Amino acid sequence: MPKELTVVTGTVGQDSHVIGSKILSRVLKEEGFKVVELGSLTPPEEFIKVAQETAADAILISSLYGMAELDLAGFKDKCIESGLGDVLLYLGGNLAVGRHAIKEDEQKFKAMGFDRVYPPEVDLKVAIADLKNDLKAKGKT
Amino acid sequence: MGSVRLFIDFGSTFTKVVAIDLDKVKIISRAQVTSTVEEDITIGLKEALEKIDAEVNINHSPKREALACSSAAGGLRIVSTGFVPELTSEAATRAALGAGAKIVGRYSYELTNQEVAEIEEIAPDIILLSGGTDGGDKKVIIHNAHMLLHSDLAGTHIVVAGNKAAYDEIGKIAEASGKYFKFTNNVMPEIGVLDIEPCNKEIREIYINNIIEAKGIAKAKALVKDIIMPTPSAVLSAAKLLAEGFNGDEGLGELVIVDVGGATTDVHSVAKGNPASGAVILRGLPEPYVKRTVEGDLGVRYSLSTLLQYLKMREVPLSPNFERVVEGLSSTERVPETEEEYLAEKILASIAVEIATERHAGKIEPVYGPAGEMFVQYGKDLTRVNHVIGTGGPIVFSSNPRDILEHALFREESRHILRPKSPKFYVDEQYILYAAGLLAQTNPKSALAIMKKYLKQV
Repeated sequence: MPKELTVVTGTVGQDSHVIGSKILSRVLKEEGFKVVELGSLTPPEEFIKVAQETAADAILISSLYGMAELDLAGFKDKCIESGLGDVLLYLGGNLAVGRHAIKEDEQKFKAMGFDRVYPPEVDLKVAIADLKNDLKAKGKT
Repeated sequence: MGSVRLFIDFGSTFTKVVAIDLDKVKIISRAQVTSTVEEDITIGLKEALEKIDAEVNINHSPKREALACSSAAGGLRIVSTGFVPELTSEAATRAALGAGAKIVGRYSYELTNQEVAEIEEIAPDIILLSGGTDGGDKKVIIHNAHMLLHSDLAGTHIVVAGNKAAYDEIGKIAEASGKYFKFTNNVMPEIGVLDIEPCNKEIREIYINNIIEAKGIAKAKALVKDIIMPTPSAVLSAAKLLAEGFNGDEGLGELVIVDVGGATTDVHSVAKGNPASGAVILRGLPEPYVKRTVEGDLGVRYSLSTLLQYLKMREVPLSPNFERVVEGLSSTERVPETEEEYLAEKILASIAVEIATERHAGKIEPVYGPAGEMFVQYGKDLTRVNHVIGTGGPIVFSSNPRDILEHALFREESRHILRPKSPKFYVDEQYILYAAGLLAQTNPKSALAIMKKYLKQV
């Protein structure tokens, strides 16, 4: 029997725009994932602790208020130190203040250790297909 | 003279002794002789004690009550290892510095054969093995334990302060290796939490029980009661007492001590360092309330090339003779004699204070969010610290120590560096900080009184 895949979701930092994360969680559940929902206003450290505790395979972070770079500075390093170096990191939302191209965000956050970076209007089916592929590539399905 | 106590500092160049009358809160005699640790530490110590005897009549019991600290024979030399540089590796380094150590190597991630060969070459007194939060990564610390415990490091003590989930396995490796090892609490039990005190304590115990023996410093026990800590540790403990006060005797409040030496410039701060305003977000590892940083490239004798570089970069006006004069000073390892040499020494000490405090103090940077401009702070905000104390030869013997210490001030042109804005300045004229730190272990009330009396405001 294949292992049940566990993912952690939530919005990071002081962000309370939780609708996107809730919809994402619901779709993930429909797709058969075990979803640990942290909801809004989640400190970065909490994502890590919960991922450790639940032996999560991926962390999917939402941020709509433009402060993601600040909230997630050093996040990958913290994951590595916590034994989560192999856990997939996904990020989506309004990742910086003002008008800017998603390409810029993607570059910036991938350099910070995120595996996938999405704009707020992404089709969740696309993101979940990516997630399945990425997990497969890691031999986790 | 029943209330007279002797305090000794075994340094690498000098052995210093000071005799203090605790009842009268008075320094009654002091002596400084060339260190003889290479040959036999007791030779120099006897000489210093004879000098004191010649000045004042001390009967034998205070001698036996004498306490000593030491930075001789290289000080307490520690290599710190961890996993991620900004996380456990930094936490381990801070733990070692807080225990009064000299960091002789610092490593992150899996140790390579090349790095282990380097560590063997360094032959440190202690290796601090950290890595992983509790329940976090185990691979790196276990790998590093394997590498170290199978290495040729016969005299080195290994202190394990990492992911506790790896301890059973490391214990097995350690047992098979027959090396000295000690397990203590994880320096970073979870992300965002530092727990360095137990590790500090372990290091100090190894120092007292083993290392001073190995370095021949323990021989002095024939003449003094105890050698209780590395010198920087004594200074840190004095700093804390001076800031906090004791039992109703008020301390000064938050403070910074700058110690300019030939090989390093040390900065100690006793301050919470919280942001001065609510609109500032703190980032990075939590800062220890009593923090020590050691700048190995800012000694006024052994780091001339770095100091010269900084002087040029910052366009400090120098006389055409400057380089020749400082090279003369450093090649002979002596104290300045001519006016020209005093001036050169003052310029070197000033730039050392400037750079060392820049590195020690926290930094702030603006970020732009939906609510407009906000600030992020890394490290300690020292802007509201009201006391800056200078020690170390170049400051103590300067004709104008305040000029040197003013280089520790906040500056408009580098507003992002959070140094003290309007502190009072003091000089440790009589070199009593180490003595006060030693005395603080048994008699904090007197130690505080001595510091308040002898630190001179300038």
